[in-house]
Amino acid sequence: MIEELTDHEATALAAIEAASTLDELADAKTAALGKGAPLTAAQRSLGSLPQEDRKEAGRALNEVRARVQAALDARDQALAAEERAARLVAESLDLTEVTVEPDVGHTHVVTQAWEELEDVFVGMGFRVAEGPEVETDWHNFDALNIPPGHPARDGFDTMYVNHGKPGSTLLRTHTSPVQIRAMLAQEPPIYIVAPGRVFRRDTADATHMPVFHQIEGLVIDKGISLADLAGTIEAFTESYFGAGFSSRLRPNYFPFTEPSGEFDIQRPDGSWLELGGCGMVHPNVLRAGGIDPEEWTGFAFGFGMDRLAAMKIGVDDLRDMFTADVRFHRQF
Amino acid sequence: MRVLLSWMREFAPIEGEPAFLADTMTELGMVVESFGATGPSWDGIVVAKVLDLRQHPEADKIQLVDVDTGDGEALQICCGAFNMAIGDLVPLATVGTTMPGGLEIGRRKLRGQWSNGMICSAAELEIGEDAEGIMVLDPGLTVGQDLAGALGATDDVLFDLDIEGNRPDALSVAGVTRDLAARLGVPFTPPAPAFDEVEPAAASLASADIQAPDFCPRFGFRVLHDLTVGESPAWMAARLTAAGMRPINSVVDISNYVMLELGQPNHTYDLGLVPDGRLGVRMGRAGETLVTLDDVERTITEEDGLIVDGTDTPIGLAGVMGGASTEISDATTSVLLEAAVWDRMTIARTSRRLGLRSEASTRFERGVDPFGIERALDRFVELAIEICGATVAAGAEIATGTLPEPTVIPVRPERINLILNTELAADDMTAMLAPIGFEATPVGDRLDVTVPSWRPDASIEEDIAEEVGRHNGYANSGKRVPTPTQAGGLTPSQIGRRRVRRTLVGGGHSELMPTPFLAPDDLARAGLPADGITLANPLVAEESVLRTSLLPGLIKAVAYNQSHRNDRVRLFEIGQVFQPSDDELPDEYEMLAAAGSGFGPGTPGGAPGTETAAEAGVRALHRFGAELGLEGLQLENGEVDGLHPTRAARVRFRGKIIGSVGEVDPGALENYGVAGRVSWFELRVAPVLAALATPGKYKPISLYPSSDIDLAFVTPDDVPATDVARTIKKAGKGLIRTVALFDVFRAEQLGEGRRSLAFQLRLQADDRTLTDEDVATVRTRCIDEVASAHRAELRG
Repeated sequence: MIEELTDHEATALAAIEAASTLDELADAKTAALGKGAPLTAAQRSLGSLPQEDRKEAGRALNEVRARVQAALDARDQALAAEERAARLVAESLDLTEVTVEPDVGHTHVVTQAWEELEDVFVGMGFRVAEGPEVETDWHNFDALNIPPGHPARDGFDTMYVNHGKPGSTLLRTHTSPVQIRAMLAQEPPIYIVAPGRVFRRDTADATHMPVFHQIEGLVIDKGISLADLAGTIEAFTESYFGAGFSSRLRPNYFPFTEPSGEFDIQRPDGSWLELGGCGMVHPNVLRAGGIDPEEWTGFAFGFGMDRLAAMKIGVDDLRDMFTADVRFHRQF
Repeated sequence: MRVLLSWMREFAPIEGEPAFLADTMTELGMVVESFGATGPSWDGIVVAKVLDLRQHPEADKIQLVDVDTGDGEALQICCGAFNMAIGDLVPLATVGTTMPGGLEIGRRKLRGQWSNGMICSAAELEIGEDAEGIMVLDPGLTVGQDLAGALGATDDVLFDLDIEGNRPDALSVAGVTRDLAARLGVPFTPPAPAFDEVEPAAASLASADIQAPDFCPRFGFRVLHDLTVGESPAWMAARLTAAGMRPINSVVDISNYVMLELGQPNHTYDLGLVPDGRLGVRMGRAGETLVTLDDVERTITEEDGLIVDGTDTPIGLAGVMGGASTEISDATTSVLLEAAVWDRMTIARTSRRLGLRSEASTRFERGVDPFGIERALDRFVELAIEICGATVAAGAEIATGTLPEPTVIPVRPERINLILNTELAADDMTAMLAPIGFEATPVGDRLDVTVPSWRPDASIEEDIAEEVGRHNGYANSGKRVPTPTQAGGLTPSQIGRRRVRRTLVGGGHSELMPTPFLAPDDLARAGLPADGITLANPLVAEESVLRTSLLPGLIKAVAYNQSHRNDRVRLFEIGQVFQPSDDELPDEYEMLAAAGSGFGPGTPGGAPGTETAAEAGVRALHRFGAELGLEGLQLENGEVDGLHPTRAARVRFRGKIIGSVGEVDPGALENYGVAGRVSWFELRVAPVLAALATPGKYKPISLYPSSDIDLAFVTPDDVPATDVARTIKKAGKGLIRTVALFDVFRAEQLGEGRRSLAFQLRLQADDRTLTDEDVATVRTRCIDEVASAHRAELRG
């Protein structure tokens, strides 16, 4: 019987080895271990062996069956892997044929600068204030210490709108009226920035737009001095422009601040960029905002956001940034 | 304001590198825009003497000039000018010179004759306008000397200053020098003219009567005789040219020179043409006219200030422009020289109304020192005697109107130190203020500071803080970051606006910022009511109306892109629109709008497919709403201005109409030349932000299995699909989780004007597994409710 088993095993292993598909392997399994298989018959015939041979034959049979089963399993795994590989090869795709989805949106570069600037000042403890784009003459001028007839009004190239009394309503020429609205709306201390759209009666050219965007800062607290203004500008400069940039203040004139200044940013290469105007809030402005200038002092500063956005992306002509052409905006 | 270093040095011993001086003036608030050596390099140009003049044998318009450049040798030059004589001194650009204009002078032949240099005109030297003849120099100069040295223009530096409106004093060389000298700690000595006078006295020759005392605080004059009007000396012409003024003749040049030096504009009259020498100052009267120096007849108003003669006839627009009738000429023997101060606002109004802004009117508008008149008159006289050979009648006559009271500001030194973050003693402040004319007198703990008459801007303690700050140096105030006790941050609305913007971008839209100004017909062309607020003073008519909608701007943007072959675009804008109102301000509110182009095969940018622009607009809106969690956005079909009449819907949210969706009116697109269709949705931003500011509450997710059922109804076409879905949802009494429209089917057998809507309903309970009976009950109720509410029947 042992010899027979050896023959059966060899036959089964050969059939398993020869199977080239999972179906053929299933046939080989039936032939080796199925109901009519010689090894199954041998199993059944164990009982007819003499008692003394039965044990040894049983062990031999089990060993044979185990080896056949192991060969089946191994062959099954190999064939399954081959078939999976073949199927994956059949699924081959050229991924470079896939076209790009065209509808990808972009935020405007000015918006990007706007939000970045807001974030810098929020990080320094400021809140963000807003106000209307169409303003009263009072908020835009009178309350900012620019009464009717003041020569500084000429410098603003104001656009008036036909609403209410002639000359009473205008497109705000700066974000400064938001200072007044903030002062009237809340008690000091006040730490705000006011970004927004402003308007000047100016023909568009490479460096001027009739519609542009400013950000304004206002701080009113006890004991606020010129040093707080300079320090705030410096902290902003480092935060927004990066390490190696610094700032300076120099005297200037604005009706709504006294003392007034201009602030410049120094680039790491030593060159200067004139950025904006600033100063200590004029007592008349504080009074217009309902704040006692003896108790509180404050500073304000403001500058254009469009120019910063343009510088960042290397745009020389501001008009380019406000084009409708999506090919411009898709770059950012 | 352009200032020469040599000019400043006449009043103060100013030393230092030009860059240092420029920085110092900038730190004082007189911003130096640029500075540099003057006379853009005359290297190689020398004083030469004309030895001989000969006709060029081959050319009529060129003569041969032999010149001596100091070595006694004759050097031949070809010259196209004929205005010099033998013995004249002329500027010669020697071979190798680079002219101020960039021309390089070489030895060259002109029609067979050598030219060994170029004899220069004033224009070629950039010292004057005259390009016709060559510049004949003062015969007293030394032959062979460098021209720059000979004209005293060596080593000079020109500073170009930007002077702010609060510093009228710095609109003069002397004023700038006073400020700079104070900062440098060197003495400032203003000009002190000296000259002899002759009888009879000026007071007997002329008089001035101020009838408008508020308009004219001070009026001064002198009388000069025997002025010879000629060319100004080169030094004066050079200084005026450097300062940006054109030399004209000696009298005009002296007038300008005095104005630049001292900041006091002045005017000359032919005394013989002023009856009895009587001048008056009064306001204009309606209907009066005056022919000004430029021979233009000006209509006078009651807001103009006038100089009148003894017969009350206007002879000058005070502070703005003189009259033609008294202009000095070759026949003039005696001149009345006027220096006065006028009301700033009046001058500003008149010069603006007549478009006559000048160096003089600018100074009067900013404010001229009323007590600088005498010095200016005397300086003019001194120069006129020197240059024009004039004599001067004894006495400077001054008439007085309403003089401003001297301003005295009580100043608390500790307040100044608080503002500037300094620790200056009162004496330190006094010492800083004195050299610039602010006199501080200690009164107890405070200082009473008298403001100098040339600083009309200073009126409050803070102004004194600025003066101390300027001269102490802003940089010496230090830098300190204030520490707010509040936390910084954005408001919920501001955070929401950012989410809204990101959501639109995520939906594939690119942000634009079109101008908010429209042309007068834009609203009508876009199919909107033409009721926009107009600008009172628009720059151009095409930008004269404030937008009431974002629609015209975005249609134009689509058209622009289409004309540049960007056919398929997805655009959005978030911005303010303006509607008329009866309130103090127009009704201004924020809108968001998205537009898309490139739909359907055969249209520009159109992809194959059957999606209409209207459907794309609705999908974009729903995607936007879903992403932001705006639950309950409902569409209500109906006409909307500017949109396709049968492909438009209003958007209702939380009970209010907040926007619209659909397809842009094809008529409007045609008006703007847009091919194909344009998708659209717009919403008011405020209700969206309000919704975002109140986040939804958590709803537990049911742990029980769900069941789906499909129901198809045949309904009339005018029943909105969303209405049917809403009825179904309601009929489910809380057991229906979702209602999804998955098929719309139209066919003849359904009947004219009817279509089938197929919905899939997902049923689920929170507390149990639904039984077959539950599902059957819901199904029946849905069928009944839809049938009765919408004239619908279940499709078999």
